[in-house]
Amino acid sequence: MSEPNVLRVEGLRVHYQTPAGPVKAVDGVSFAVRPGERFGLVGESGSGKSTIALSLLRMIKPPGRVEDGSVTLDGVELLELTDEEMRRVRLARISLVAQGAMNSLNPVKRIREQIALGLREHGAAREGRAFDTFLTELLERVGLRRGVGDMFPHELSGGMKQRVCIAMAISLEPQVIVADEPTSALDVVVQWQVIDTLRRVQSELGAAVIQIGHDMGLMAHSVERIGVMYAGKLVESAAVRDLFRAPLHPYTQLLIASLPSLDGKERLQGIAGSPPSLLNPPAGCPFHPRCPFVMDVCRTTMPPPREHRPGHFAACHLYETS
Amino acid sequence: MTGLLEARNISKVFGAGLVHKTQTIALRDFTFSISGETPSVTAIVGESGSGKTTLVRLLLGLIAPTSGEILYRGQDLRHLPAQQRRAYLRDVQAIFQDPFEVFNPFYKVDHVLESPIRNFGLARTRQQRRDLMAEALSTVGLQPAETLGRYPHQLSGGQRQRIMVARALLLRPRLIIADEPVSMVDASLRATILNSLLKLNQEFGISLVYITHDLTTAYQISEDIIVLYRGAVAEAGDVQLVVPQPEHPYTKLLVGSIPLADPDAPWQGERALGAPTGLAPNGDSYCAFHDRCPYAMPVCVEQTPSLFRTAPHRASACFLHGDAPILPNDRIDEVFGGGRPAPDAATPFVAES
Ligand SMILES: Nc1ncnc2c1ncn2[C@@H]1O[C@H](COP(=O)(O)OP(=O)(O)OP(=O)(O)O)[C@@H](O)[C@H]1O
Ligand SMILES: Nc1ncnc2c1ncn2[C@@H]1O[C@H](COP(=O)(O)OP(=O)(O)OP(=O)(O)O)[C@@H](O)[C@H]1O
Ligand code: SF4
Ligand SMILES: [Mg+2]
Ligand SMILES: [Mg+2]
Repeated sequence: MSEPNVLRVEGLRVHYQTPAGPVKAVDGVSFAVRPGERFGLVGESGSGKSTIALSLLRMIKPPGRVEDGSVTLDGVELLELTDEEMRRVRLARISLVAQGAMNSLNPVKRIREQIALGLREHGAAREGRAFDTFLTELLERVGLRRGVGDMFPHELSGGMKQRVCIAMAISLEPQVIVADEPTSALDVVVQWQVIDTLRRVQSELGAAVIQIGHDMGLMAHSVERIGVMYAGKLVESAAVRDLFRAPLHPYTQLLIASLPSLDGKERLQGIAGSPPSLLNPPAGCPFHPRCPFVMDVCRTTMPPPREHRPGHFAACHLYETS
Repeated sequence: MTGLLEARNISKVFGAGLVHKTQTIALRDFTFSISGETPSVTAIVGESGSGKTTLVRLLLGLIAPTSGEILYRGQDLRHLPAQQRRAYLRDVQAIFQDPFEVFNPFYKVDHVLESPIRNFGLARTRQQRRDLMAEALSTVGLQPAETLGRYPHQLSGGQRQRIMVARALLLRPRLIIADEPVSMVDASLRATILNSLLKLNQEFGISLVYITHDLTTAYQISEDIIVLYRGAVAEAGDVQLVVPQPEHPYTKLLVGSIPLADPDAPWQGERALGAPTGLAPNGDSYCAFHDRCPYAMPVCVEQTPSLFRTAPHRASACFLHGDAPILPNDRIDEVFGGGRPAPDAATPFVAES
C-alpha cells in the first residue's frame, strides 16, 4: 500500500527534565499530513506546539528528549537517521521557520551572507552571479526588495526580518515547511501577503505546510485542516470548516467563543480557570478542571481521540457512547 | 497642564551618516502626550516598519530623537536629574515586543521579576517578595512552581511574553507602554491578559499605550487610536469612530484585511482596496500612501497631506478630507479623549479658517 501522507507522526512523546520532574510537553500526539496539504496547529500557550515543531526536525535539545513515538517523512523514519543524514534532510526536505526566528538572525552579518551560509551548510552553495539571481528571486518571493540582502538585521523591521526567515526556509524547496508563528509579528496586510506567498510557494513546490499559530482568524483562511493542542495533547482535529462550524471539544468551543469581534464593544473574556500544569497534569482529561461539561469519568480517565464524524477527531467523553 | 510623558514634534532618522547609503525616516514630526491625571488607553497600530517600536524606544529614552523632544513631567528626558530619572524609570514601564530579545539568557526568570522588586524596594521580607511575584505571575496565567527557577529558553514563547507583562504589572507604574504584548498567546489568554491590563487602568489609573497589529483587540480595549503609516500619522481619534468607519484609505485597507474567524468570509488583503491609480510624484512632496491608493488624485502626488480634522474626535491625513479644517501635528491630542467623560472642560473644538 502506498503511503498517502508525506509526514506521519505517531504517538509522539517529548519530555523536558527539570529539577521538579519531567515536563510532559508533548504527550502522545499523532497526526498525518498529505503532500501539499496545509495543516494548522493551534492551542494554549505552552501546550507543546513548538516542541512538536522542533521534534519534527530533530532539534529538541537537552534537557528535552523524544521519549517515544515515530516521525516518518515520505516513509523514512526521521527519529532513526544518523545526525549526518538528518542534517541533509533538514532544509532540503523539511524546513522550519522557528518561533521568534527573526531574532536569531546574526546581528553582524548582512542578510545575503546569512542566506549564503544557510545554503553552504546544507551543501547547496551558489556563487557569484548565480547567487545574486537566486537571492533576488528568493527575496522577491517573500515580497522584499533585493536591497534588503545588503542590510543588517537591525535595519529591518520585525516584519521584514520574519520574511527573511521564511525566505531561508523555502530556499531549498522542501517537501514540508514547518512555520511556527510565522506571522505573529506582522500587521494584517503583511500577514495576508506572507500567507499568500507561503501558499503560492508551497503550491508551486507541492510542499506541505504545518503552520503553528494563535490567530484563529488567520488559521480559518490559511489552512485546510486544524489540530487543537491542549496540555501536550491533540484534543481535536478537523477540516477547517468543520472545526469552526461545529467544534466538538469544549476547549475548542470556548477558544472560539473567546475571539474578540468588531461588532461593537464587549468585555474580553478568556476561559475561566488557569492553564494546566505539565509537571503534574490533571488526571483524566487535562481540560476537566476548566470544563463546563465535566462528568465523573472525565476526572479519572483520559478520553481517547476518536473519529466522531468523518475526518473529525476529538478526545472527549461527551461523545463516547457506551 | 504638564503631562506625564510628552513627545513634542519628534522625528527619528536612521542611517543619517557617512557609512549608510540609505536613510530611513522611522518617525516624522510626531506629537503625543499622556496625561498624569486622566488615565487613558491608546492603541497605536500600523504596518510592519511604520515606526511603532521606534516610538517606544524613543519614549523610553533608549534612543534619542533626531529632532524634537520628549518630556517627562515637563523635563527633557535627556537631562533628567537623578531623582527624577528614578521616578521616570518606575513610572513608565515597557513590555517589549520581543520576548526572545530582552531576556538575558544567563539569568533565571526569577531575576526578571526580582530585580525591579529590589531596585524599587517593593518588598521588605522574602515572603513579601515571593507573594508579589506569585501574584503577578498568576495574573498572567503562570504558575510560580513551573516558571521560577527556569531559564528563558525553558519557557514557551507565550510564557516569556507573559513574564514581561507580569514584570510591568509588578511595578504599578503610571504608564505601561506595551509593544505587541500578547502577539504570541492564544485568544483566551490574550483576553485574560488584556483584561488585567484594563483592570489596572480602571482601578489604579494606570495609562496604557497598546501597540499592536491586532485591530480587533485594539478596538476592544482602547479609547483612542493612532494609525501610523511610514512613520507619520495617517489617522487618529476615538477608536469607536475610526475602526468601525475608517476614513483614511490605509486604515480602510487595515480594517478590510482583518481575517475573520470564519472560513467562508472573504479574506482579500490588498485586493480589498482596489488597484492604485498609478499617479507618480515629480518632487519630494506627496502622500506616502499614493502608490497603493485607489483614490489618489493629482494633489496627492504634489503635496504632503496634513491632518484634516473631519470631526471633533477624529482626523485623517488624506486629501479626500481636504475640505475639513487642518489639524496641526502638534495639536493631535485634541482629538483624543472623546470616549472619556472629561472632568475639566477640554479644549473646545474650534474650526480653523
Ligand atoms: N527547555 C525546557 N525545559 C523545561 N520546560 C520546557 C523547556 N522548553 C519548553 N518547556 C515547556 O514545555 C511546554 C511546551 O512548550 P512549547 O514551547 O512547545 O509550547 P507552545 O505550545 O509552543 O507555546 P507558545 O504558544 O507559548 O509558543 C511549556 O510548558 C514549556 O514551559
Ligand atoms: N537601528 C536602526 N537602523 C536603521 N533603520 C532602523 C533601525 N531601527 C529601525 N529602523 C527602520 O525604521 C523603520 C521603523 O521600524 P520599527 O521597528 O519602528 O517598525 P515597527 O512599526 O515597530 O514594525 P513591526 O510591526 O515590524 O515591529 C523600519 O523601516 C526599520 O527598518
Ligand atoms: S472530556 Fe470531559 S472534561 Fe474533557 S473536555 Fe470533554 S467534557 Fe470536558
Ligand atoms: Mg511556541
Ligand atoms: Mg515593532
